Amino acid sequence: MFGYFLSRLGMFVPTFLGVTLISFMFIRVLPGDPIIVMAGERGMTEERYQEMVVKLGFDKPVLQQYWDYLVGVMHGDLGESFVTKKPVWDEFFALFPATLELSICAMIFAVALGLPAGVIAAVNRGKFFDRALMSSALVGYSMPIFWWALLLIIVFSGNLGWTPVSGRIDLLYYFPSVTGFMLIDSLLSGQEGAFTSAVRHLILPTIVLGTIPLAVIARQTRSAMLEVLGEDYIRTARAKGLSPTRINGLHALRNALIPVITVIGLSVGTLLAGAILTETIFSWPGIGKWMVDSIFRRDYPVVQGGLLMIAVIVMLVNLLVDVLYGIINPKIRRR
Amino acid sequence: MKLKFLAATAAIALSSAAAQANTLVYCSEGSPEGFDPALFTAGTTFDASSHPIYNRLLEFETGTTNVIPGLAESVEASDDGLEYTFKLRQGVKFHSNDEFTPTRDFNADDVIFSFMRQKDEGHPYNQVSGGTWEYFQGMGMPDLVESIEKIDDYTVKFTLSKPEAPFVANMAMDFASILSAEYADAMMEAGTPEKLNTAPIGTGPFSFVAYQKDAVIRYTQNADYWKAPADVSNLIFAITPDASVRYQKLKAGECHIMPYPNPADIQAMQDDADINMMEQEGLNVGYLAYNTTMEPFDNPKVRKALNMAIDKQAIIDVVFQGSGQAAKNPIPPTMWGYNEAITDDAYDPEAAKAMLEAEGVSDLSMKVWAMPVQRPYNPNARRMAELIQADFAKVGVDVEIVSYEWGEYLSRSKELNRDGAVLLGWTGDNGDPDNFLAVLLGCDGREASNRAQWCHEPFEDLILKAKQTTDQAERTKLYEEAQVIFKEQAPWATIAHSVVYMPMRNEVQGYKVHPLGGHIFYGVSVE
Repeated sequence: MFGYFLSRLGMFVPTFLGVTLISFMFIRVLPGDPIIVMAGERGMTEERYQEMVVKLGFDKPVLQQYWDYLVGVMHGDLGESFVTKKPVWDEFFALFPATLELSICAMIFAVALGLPAGVIAAVNRGKFFDRALMSSALVGYSMPIFWWALLLIIVFSGNLGWTPVSGRIDLLYYFPSVTGFMLIDSLLSGQEGAFTSAVRHLILPTIVLGTIPLAVIARQTRSAMLEVLGEDYIRTARAKGLSPTRINGLHALRNALIPVITVIGLSVGTLLAGAILTETIFSWPGIGKWMVDSIFRRDYPVVQGGLLMIAVIVMLVNLLVDVLYGIINPKIRRR
Repeated sequence: MKLKFLAATAAIALSSAAAQANTLVYCSEGSPEGFDPALFTAGTTFDASSHPIYNRLLEFETGTTNVIPGLAESVEASDDGLEYTFKLRQGVKFHSNDEFTPTRDFNADDVIFSFMRQKDEGHPYNQVSGGTWEYFQGMGMPDLVESIEKIDDYTVKFTLSKPEAPFVANMAMDFASILSAEYADAMMEAGTPEKLNTAPIGTGPFSFVAYQKDAVIRYTQNADYWKAPADVSNLIFAITPDASVRYQKLKAGECHIMPYPNPADIQAMQDDADINMMEQEGLNVGYLAYNTTMEPFDNPKVRKALNMAIDKQAIIDVVFQGSGQAAKNPIPPTMWGYNEAITDDAYDPEAAKAMLEAEGVSDLSMKVWAMPVQRPYNPNARRMAELIQADFAKVGVDVEIVSYEWGEYLSRSKELNRDGAVLLGWTGDNGDPDNFLAVLLGCDGREASNRAQWCHEPFEDLILKAKQTTDQAERTKLYEEAQVIFKEQAPWATIAHSVVYMPMRNEVQGYKVHPLGGHIFYGVSVE
């Protein structure tokens, strides 16, 4: 098992280097000079422009810039934002807990509903329940996040007044951030009603962000279950007279989980991409909105640093998924 | 430790619950870049920093572009217009925070510090927080201000390198906000000079409490303010980037006031009995700049004829969806010096066609540049260009629409031999007509901010004279004359000024829409 883990970890290094190069090149390939974009309609003199070029280090050859960046990354320094002049690292960690909290909730929501929905659909294959679930999953999968979010806000916050419109907690509550996770901080604060307020604020963003993964997980679970349910050992189990709950829940589901876990792992990328829109609409102070703003402003250090951090997270999750495979299916780690 | 923390949070909870009734919540459109206004250029940053937290020597009177005394009680200009002496207000207190309690009142040292850090490259604060001092640079202050002297604790003299009347308005701009020199020294000593930007200390009506990035900014009333204290005890900015969501929050009572509504929502907001909608023309202008150095656009009659071919009302209806006003002058109507007497070129395609023929222009094809970004003075440049294309087609002019990425657009449109007319615009910085007329149409601005590449001596003489005169009545006359020449020469087609809408709940009293674009909450109350 340890050898298997090391071999997976070994693949991490070249991927990491590749990501630093791609994130570095990506923003530079986009047309648009950050200095000119910064100056806007106001413009600046040629002399001032040259001063800025030197100040931001753009006068050095690109390879040299990349090398400096890489050396910085190795020392844990992602540079400073051109706009806010603050270290990228600090900004990332100020915002990331909000994204993580939302993503975890969305994933729990997707798995908690998607898995049982997939199993139920597979067991009732071809029946009304199956068709209804799978059509809803298709609708969920095809739903534009932006539209879905606004629809929910207008109905549940605007018309019914059940949920707050946006933000992470009611503005009435004010306490210092300890962990960055609002659910935990609101509990720690000891303020009456703070935790409930944080939960209420999480409902709509969680549903919006979790909808696509929910649909994917439900469909994937259904097809994996169907495949497994056709296997000989299931027929044997049925012949032995095991209860359907035991067959479906224990024997079939465990083996159907492998492709499902793959999908969950891949969904982390989808979640982070979806977070960009969800965070913008719900004024959720996470890394998604931060990245989008930075791309428009051509804030090179933030885009590079942010992309790198997101890529590392996705890679780590996939590493974890690989390890999980090994645990669930010992055959894989022997390959 | 834990007990202490709980006690502290409980105290905050109590105070916030008690203060809820007297809290103004503003759903702002974005996050500030920081809290030191001199470091940045975005209006969103100024809303969160210079307006609530700081004062300047001179201030813009809220709701107008008039300059009034601020931290300076008076200012006197020498006869040659080269020296400005500011008499400072006494007894003005700076805010305090956990790490700093001021030991003295505001004085001349704070003025010297606030400007010299921007001007002097050897100043210990010049490089702090990556200081590039864009506005100080952009307004030409390093060359203009020769020296700043402390005459005594409450008198400061600025010596200029040339007479420049708009200097007075510059002193009321956000970059000229006054910071505490004592706080700066303390932070430098503590090894945290960047706190000037992240934990701001000023003299303004609100003191800074906390900022949670991209989420909330909290301020509390400055009880020691040198004017009457603010009407609300707490000011909260709830950062809400999406305009539709801001509207929903306003409806739900989660905020009291919001900027920049979606044009599509304006009608519904006006119909809503709980919402009071304020409006005013913005301090901006959107225009189409011909390249006046290229044939046939070097002929004023050709430019004039093309201007007559543009149906501005259709543009206001379609592109601005009503939230704009047709522009006849290059400066907005809220600005002093605006020439009301000028009549706009009437929309008359027939006459335009005849005029082009009389000038020997036929089968003309030209390019119209459409900006790739949305701006208050032009919410949809592509659509605007299409309307102009259709209008010009009616007078026999064939238009090709071109566009580039924003940075490219800005730099390519400056080129002297640029092919085609450019859609662009400008938002005023200091409420002075010079900031439009000299910057956008002066000879020095060619190959830079003067996209028409226009240099016309009679116009230039007037604006130079106005720059050097300190008498505002005299300046007003000169600018009015300059606008007459502009209209005859038509280097641009002036298209529109945006209309700024500010929806707020009925509980909000005393808000004034500020023509310079800032959102100011001093003097605003919640009933």
